[in-house]
Amino acid sequence: MFSNASNFVHGVDKAFLIILGISLFFLILLTTLMIVFIIKYNRKKNVKAVQIKDSGWLEFTWTAIPMLLVLFMFYVGWEGFLPMRQAPKDAMVVKAIGRMWKWTFEYAGNKQSDTLVLPISKAVKIDLVSKDVIHGFFVPAFRIKEDVVPGKNNYTWFIPGEMGDFDLLCSAYCGVSHSYMSAIIRIVPEEKFNKWLAVLPVKQQDDNNEGYKIVESKGCLGCHSVDGKKIVGPTFKGLYGSTIDVTTDGTSHKVTVDDQYIQTSIFDPNKDIVDGFAPGIMKSYTGIIKEKDIAKINDFLKSLKEK
Amino acid sequence: MTHNTVDKIEYVSFLEHKGKYKGLFSWIFATDHKRIALLYLYAIATFFFVGAILGLLMRLELIAPGETIMKPQTYNGIFTVHGIIMIFMVVIPGLSAVFGNFFLPILIGAKDVAFPKLNLFSWWVFIFGSVLAVASQFMKDGPPDTGWTFYAPYSTATGTNVIMATTAAFVLGFSSILTGLNFLVTIHQMRAPGMKFFNMPLFPWAIYATAWIQLLATPIIGITLLMLIAERLFGIGFFDPNLGGDPILFQHLFWIYSHPAVYVMILPAMGVITEIIPTFCQRRVYGYKAIALSSVAIAGVGFLVWGHHMYTSGMSNQARWFFSLLTFVVAVPSAIKVFNWLSTMYKGSIDLKPPFLYAVSFIFLFIIGGTTGLLLGSVATNVQVHDTAFIVAHFHYIIFGGMGFAFFAAIHYWLPKMYGKMYNFKRANIAWAIIFVGFNLLYFPQFILGFQGMPRRYFDYLPQFQTGEVISSIGGFILVSGLILMVYNLVMGVRKGEPSPANPWNGSTLEWQIPSPPSIENFDEAPVIKKNPYDYN
Repeated sequence: MFSNASNFVHGVDKAFLIILGISLFFLILLTTLMIVFIIKYNRKKNVKAVQIKDSGWLEFTWTAIPMLLVLFMFYVGWEGFLPMRQAPKDAMVVKAIGRMWKWTFEYAGNKQSDTLVLPISKAVKIDLVSKDVIHGFFVPAFRIKEDVVPGKNNYTWFIPGEMGDFDLLCSAYCGVSHSYMSAIIRIVPEEKFNKWLAVLPVKQQDDNNEGYKIVESKGCLGCHSVDGKKIVGPTFKGLYGSTIDVTTDGTSHKVTVDDQYIQTSIFDPNKDIVDGFAPGIMKSYTGIIKEKDIAKINDFLKSLKEK
Repeated sequence: MTHNTVDKIEYVSFLEHKGKYKGLFSWIFATDHKRIALLYLYAIATFFFVGAILGLLMRLELIAPGETIMKPQTYNGIFTVHGIIMIFMVVIPGLSAVFGNFFLPILIGAKDVAFPKLNLFSWWVFIFGSVLAVASQFMKDGPPDTGWTFYAPYSTATGTNVIMATTAAFVLGFSSILTGLNFLVTIHQMRAPGMKFFNMPLFPWAIYATAWIQLLATPIIGITLLMLIAERLFGIGFFDPNLGGDPILFQHLFWIYSHPAVYVMILPAMGVITEIIPTFCQRRVYGYKAIALSSVAIAGVGFLVWGHHMYTSGMSNQARWFFSLLTFVVAVPSAIKVFNWLSTMYKGSIDLKPPFLYAVSFIFLFIIGGTTGLLLGSVATNVQVHDTAFIVAHFHYIIFGGMGFAFFAAIHYWLPKMYGKMYNFKRANIAWAIIFVGFNLLYFPQFILGFQGMPRRYFDYLPQFQTGEVISSIGGFILVSGLILMVYNLVMGVRKGEPSPANPWNGSTLEWQIPSPPSIENFDEAPVIKKNPYDYN
């Protein structure tokens, strides 16, 4: 507690300790009273109960004091939170893109990285962009969390105060690999950051390949690799034209991957399940990927044939 | 109060009463509120054990990092199904459908609820919804994997069986609405002569506040789930931004119901505790009016705090402070209840029997659950612990430590009345101790894990969290073995226990003035109420 990892740690931990302290005080007080009463007024010792009349003053007191305490606790919590919404105007802006199940960070100049490298002691504003469902941008050590909501321009900001690597975790449930959607936030001295950023390559993209743009922007690459790696779904590498084993309505058979198969797999992904993969994981992209774009995707897939 | 000999000859308990049907049909077509209560009890107890087994499977999976006994997709299905069963089929109906049905009419001196046939119909709707929910697990596309919260746009996109699960929750909602309506009319129309609202026992008061929530809030979840189904089936863009919808809208609509639903679980639990404490202290309840009105206050303010589930969703700052402030305010009536319970124990004549043991442990666990709720209600600390194991620990302390322990208190308190038999006290105490230890071992470490940053709904985790997860898993097994012993003891009590007298605990409320088990009509003649229900003079 009270580390200097970000500028919010102090406010959050202070609120935490104050509320926890008040809570513990009442927990211990009330539990002790309960145990004392059970022992002292046990029927073995106290055969006859005393009937006590209600006291308006007592009721008023134990309404008023908790009311004041909760208002105080509310204020402490609000005070610790408010700075999180007041990003300085001159903060460096980095875009954090969440998609099933991967974080990508985009710096000025269209430079992309899988690790969020930041200079120490400089304010940074993170624009939160989701390519598919809701994710959560959660850095426990920094005491920050903000949901990454598709269609919304959410943001978070902070000033890193300690060097080193910190875990970024996805806090909003987002599907099968939710618990693997993490990244490293690396805080380094400013000169080192500048050197790193200078050599960071500009976003790798086949700008000429329309099909790549589509599968990239629709988040397909979160589950289907282009380098042969098995992620959640089958890899795209060498897929087009190959013969694969699939299960359709409980019977397994072989199909050759052609235009028709690709189209079915995009619009009705649970029809033919490739052996070794579970059904129900991929949603239908009907209405999200347009039918006229499928040919472009096929062209891209053809370019990934194994050489 | 004893019955004269003439009554004893005519008396036939509701368990032996011969109605229109025989055997099983005399139960599943019964309109008697007491039989319907037992139907709910058996169904809910079964669902509870299914949910508990799913919970244990999760604990097994999390005992070590990486894949332990199942694949991630299976795990996601299991926590979703665990949530749906426990929330919609166990804790929301739980106390009000079982003990509300059985004891609400008796406590207000009525023969039955206002609409006995509707009551039976509600049970059938409940069973139909439950069958749908269970069936959704086995259908072709695989169990739903959205979590019980069905957050869009994941829920509109996933290929799993979401439609059937949401239809089930929709149907179950109707059972809840109809039961709430039935109880409201019963309380307004069927009170015994002389029973005013302010000499009605406090369990009916709690049921009254609960019933208003069921009636007013449940339709909202119904509409929301229908919108979700429409979006999945017809592509109507309510929630998915790709179709022009707003995913945050879903969260608002969902929590406008699901937050008040928390009070549907906890208010009857508080009502049960308020019945048990005076009986085992032989003291009139302290602050009768404060307890009665605080139930209404909780129900009222509880409608306006839903946004505290959404501080990190990108809501406006105004919404964040407004919901935070009201969340803190709603803590006060709960605190008032705790102070009144303790004052009722002061200078009482305390008999530490199993129901009372569960009742005081309820208070202890409820304080932990309630005060950790303050940490969640405060915006700054919420940012750290929201969507982590901390929140899992918090709501299990409230729902299980609160509603669950109140349910166990209620069954130990009222079982002799319901069946006319008594269970073994010593075994009940041992089971309580195992459950209490297991419960705290299971859930307390999750507060610490959550604060350290362990997110919820994680199939796998970073190695630094393992110690806490292992302790938690061990607690899970201890808890379940305690539950098994408790159920064994209760079943043995019902089957082979000593006959119980009409008033084994020397209680003052109306249910203790009639034979155990009660006759089909409850009262030979309508009781006339002249005094406060908790008068021990």
